[in-house]
Amino acid sequence: MVAQNIAFWTIALVMITAAMSVVTTRNVVRAALSLVIVLAGVAAQYILLAAEFTAVVQVLVYIGAVIVLFLFGIMLTRARIGHESDLDHSNRVPAFIVSGALFVLLVALLRDAFGGIHIPDSAPSTTGQVGDAIFSTYLVPFEIASVLLLAALVGAIVLARRD
Amino acid sequence: MLLNQFLFLAAFLFATGVYGVLARKNGVLVLMSIELILNAVNLNLVAFGAFNQTVTGQIFALFVIAIAAAEVGVGLAIVLLIYRNRRSVDLTGIDALKG
Repeated sequence: MVAQNIAFWTIALVMITAAMSVVTTRNVVRAALSLVIVLAGVAAQYILLAAEFTAVVQVLVYIGAVIVLFLFGIMLTRARIGHESDLDHSNRVPAFIVSGALFVLLVALLRDAFGGIHIPDSAPSTTGQVGDAIFSTYLVPFEIASVLLLAALVGAIVLARRD
Repeated sequence: MLLNQFLFLAAFLFATGVYGVLARKNGVLVLMSIELILNAVNLNLVAFGAFNQTVTGQIFALFVIAIAAAEVGVGLAIVLLIYRNRRSVDLTGIDALKG
């Protein structure tokens, strides 16, 4: 239990630092690489929660595909590699107030609703259980998701190709 | 482990993502902030799944990951079109619908 908590707070600290770097850095490529740290941290938290299949999918899809897509986007929109001065709005202060108020509100609500509740220790959910649930109870949403991915793929190609 | 420590971490990621969406004006960086928000939601889903001892939370997280991949594909295509038409990805310049 103690080891799990040490692991949690270590990873959480790294994630918090990296997430703040994503939204404040003046360098677009550094923002993308900080996002990698946040996404890897989320995958590590999934492993702490004994959800190993979701962790693997997180690494494959996010770090393997989405980040590469972001780097392509940065390259194709010819962002400068290095410091850039006009990445932020002038309304940074209202944005900070809004997000800070949101965080305080969420923490107050969660403390009220789930204070002191522990996650029970149990056998980790196996990949087999996840597969069984996807291909029985959630079969229709799964098929719809695959059709949605196809539609999004075709849509992205239609939008991005040059005529 | 407390359930709340995961929920607090997810709340922080969510608030950071909201700050990024509001404060950034580069289109690619706004999409990155949206990824932060979606990951906060996924962390919540998996934490509640572990709390309830079911795999349902994980499966919803998998669906959110699939939707997020589709969203990034289409979103970056749109940002690319904006860049091609305006030679910049500055989102404050896109005010053609402003009266």
